[in-house]
Amino acid sequence: MSTDVSIARSDVSVSTQRFPLLSIRNVAKRFGKNVVLRDISLDVAEGEFLTILGESGSGKTTLLRIIAGFESAGSGEVWMAEERLDQLPPYRRRVNTVFQHYALFPHLTVEENVAYGLRVAKRPEAEISARVGEALEKVKMSAHAKAKPAKISGGQQQRVALARALVNRPQLLLLDEPLSALDANLRRQMQVELKSLQREVGISFIFVTHDQEEAMVMSDRIALLRSGELEQVATPREIYGRPATAYVAQFIGHTNLLKGEVRDGMARCGLLQWPVAAPDGIAQFSLRPENLRLATEKSTSPDSVRVRGRVVQQAFHGATELIRVECAGGLMLTVRIPASRSGVTGEIALEFSPEDAIPVRESPERI
Amino acid sequence: MELRVSKAKVSEYPAWLIFHTVAVFAFLYLPIAVLILYSFNGEGVGGFPPHHLTLDWYRTLFADGPIWDAVLNSLYVALAAVAIALGFGVPAALALERAQFPGKTIFRRLVLLPLILPGIITGLSLLMLFNILGVKLSLLTIVLGHGTALISVATTEVFAGLQKLDRAQEEASLDLGANYWQTFWRVTVPNLKLPIIGAALLIFTLSMDEIAVSFFLIGRDNTLPLEIWGRLRRGITPEINAVSTIIFLFSLVAIVFWYRLRVRGEAGAEAGAEIVTALEGDLA
Repeated sequence: MSTDVSIARSDVSVSTQRFPLLSIRNVAKRFGKNVVLRDISLDVAEGEFLTILGESGSGKTTLLRIIAGFESAGSGEVWMAEERLDQLPPYRRRVNTVFQHYALFPHLTVEENVAYGLRVAKRPEAEISARVGEALEKVKMSAHAKAKPAKISGGQQQRVALARALVNRPQLLLLDEPLSALDANLRRQMQVELKSLQREVGISFIFVTHDQEEAMVMSDRIALLRSGELEQVATPREIYGRPATAYVAQFIGHTNLLKGEVRDGMARCGLLQWPVAAPDGIAQFSLRPENLRLATEKSTSPDSVRVRGRVVQQAFHGATELIRVECAGGLMLTVRIPASRSGVTGEIALEFSPEDAIPVRESPERI
Repeated sequence: MELRVSKAKVSEYPAWLIFHTVAVFAFLYLPIAVLILYSFNGEGVGGFPPHHLTLDWYRTLFADGPIWDAVLNSLYVALAAVAIALGFGVPAALALERAQFPGKTIFRRLVLLPLILPGIITGLSLLMLFNILGVKLSLLTIVLGHGTALISVATTEVFAGLQKLDRAQEEASLDLGANYWQTFWRVTVPNLKLPIIGAALLIFTLSMDEIAVSFFLIGRDNTLPLEIWGRLRRGITPEINAVSTIIFLFSLVAIVFWYRLRVRGEAGAEAGAEIVTALEGDLA
C-alpha cells in the first residue's frame, strides 16, 4: 500500500529509506481454537502515524501486543529495520507502549515513573533528570512531577504515560486505545495534541482504536482490521473515498450499500441504473450520503442518475442534516444535505453521479 | 447526634435479637475481661468481686526469669517462622497465580492443606519425621514446625495481593526495558508490600500463640504458651493472668495494625481473611 503521505512530509526523510521501519510479515495467532489473527502483513514507515482500527474482538490489541512482545506470534515474523523483532523479549525491543489504562506505577511519583526506563538502563543521574524534565515539559506535566499517579486526573495520567514512553526515545511508539478512558471533549483535544506531538518528535506511532472518527482525524494511514484479517490499508481520504469492501464502507462513516448486478457495462439496482466499467455479475456499490443531492429541474447534468422518493425521517446535525428517503421500488437511501431552516419533507427527487457509486467487494462472514 | 441515630436503629430490632447478640459477645469476651481484671486483684485468683486492685502480679512477673526466657524463645521462634513462611510462601503464591504447570490444582490444595489440618496432626507427623531423621528436639524443630505450618498463611495473603495487582504494570516495566528480575523487585514487590507485611504480622502473632504444634516439638527450652501451660498444671497464679493480659494486648495491637493495613490496601482478599479467621480459631 502507499506510503505517500509520509514521503510527502518535509520533516521526515522517508524517500531515502530502503526498508520500512516495521514490517509485519504473515503474522497469525490463535488462542486455543479461537483464531485471532490470520496472515497479517503490514509495513510501517519511519515517522508514520498508522492507526489499527477495528471493532472489539477484531484482534487489534493482540497485534499490538505481538509487536510489543507480550504475546508471541503463532506464525509469521516481525522485523524492525533489519532486525528480527519477534524473537526478542519485550525489554530488548526499541518499542515503547502507552497502555490503555496507562499502567502507571502507583508507588512511584510522576517523575519517578517517567525516569523508570532510564534508571533501568542505568543512565547517569544528570542525564536522567535532564531528560525527565524535558519530557514532562513536553507534555505539560512539570508542575505535577512530585505527585503520585492516584492524585492526578485521567488526562494527566495519560500525559505521564506518554512522557514515560517517549523519554526512552523509542523508534516506535505503540498506543493501545489511550484516549478511550477520557471524556469526549478532552478526547478531541488530546487527539490534536497527540498528532502534533507525533509530528514534533518524528517517531512512528501505531495507534489502536475502535473509533473511526479518531482514526480519520489522526492517522497518516489506517489499517482496518476485521475478525483478524486486514480489510484495507490506506490513507483516511482513500479509505473513505474508495472503500475496498462493503464492511469498510459501512464501518468508516455512513454509506448506502446498493446491491445489484452489472450487465453489459450497466449497473442495475432496483429501478436505478448507470454505466459502470465492471465485469458482469452480482455487484455492490457504496454511495456516501453526501454524494446524493436534491435534484432540481436546472441542476440536472445529463449523466447523473435520478430517483424519486419520499422523506420518511430526518435528523438535524447542525451544519448538515441526514434524511432517510424511501424511493420507488422500496429502496431506502440516506442522504446528507446542507441544513436548511425548515428541513425537507414530502416527495423529492434525488440524483448522484455514477462515479460516486464505488464498487465494493462483499465482505465474507467470519466467525 | 450519632448516639440518637444508632439508638433509633437498635430499637428496630426485636429484644431477643439484642439479648442474643449481647450473650454471644459476653460468651466470647467475658472470660478475657475476667482474666484481665483478676490480673489486678490483690487476693489473687480467689474472691468475687475482686478488690485491693494492685500491680503486684506484674511486679512479680517482671522479676520472673524463666518467663522472660520463654518470651525470648517465643520471639525467636516467631521471627524465624516469619522468615521461613515468607521465603517459601511468596514464591508459592507467585507460582499459583502466574505459572501454568501440570498438577497445579493438587499443588494449590497441598499448599493450603496446613490451614485445615489440626495442629495435633501437623505436630505429631513432624515429631515422627524428626524422630526418624534422628533430629534432636529443640527450638529449631519448633521453628521448622511453625514455619511450615504457616507457609499457607503467607501464600494465601500474597496470592490475594497478586490477584489485585494490575498485570499491565509489570508489562509496562518490561516494555520500559526492565527484565523479569528487575520488574519483580521494582514493581511486583513494592505493590505486594501490604500483603507481605500483613502476612508477616499475622504469622508472627499466630506463632506467638501456637501451642499444639509446639507441644510435640518442644525440646528443653519452652516457648511462652508452653511455659504458661506448664505452670497452670501447678495451679492458676495471678502472675499467669498478668502475662496473659500482656499477650492479649500484644496480639490485639498486632491484629488491629494488620487490619488497618488491610483496609488501607482496600477491601479485596476476603477469601484470605476468612481462611485466616478460621485458622485463628483453630489455633487459639
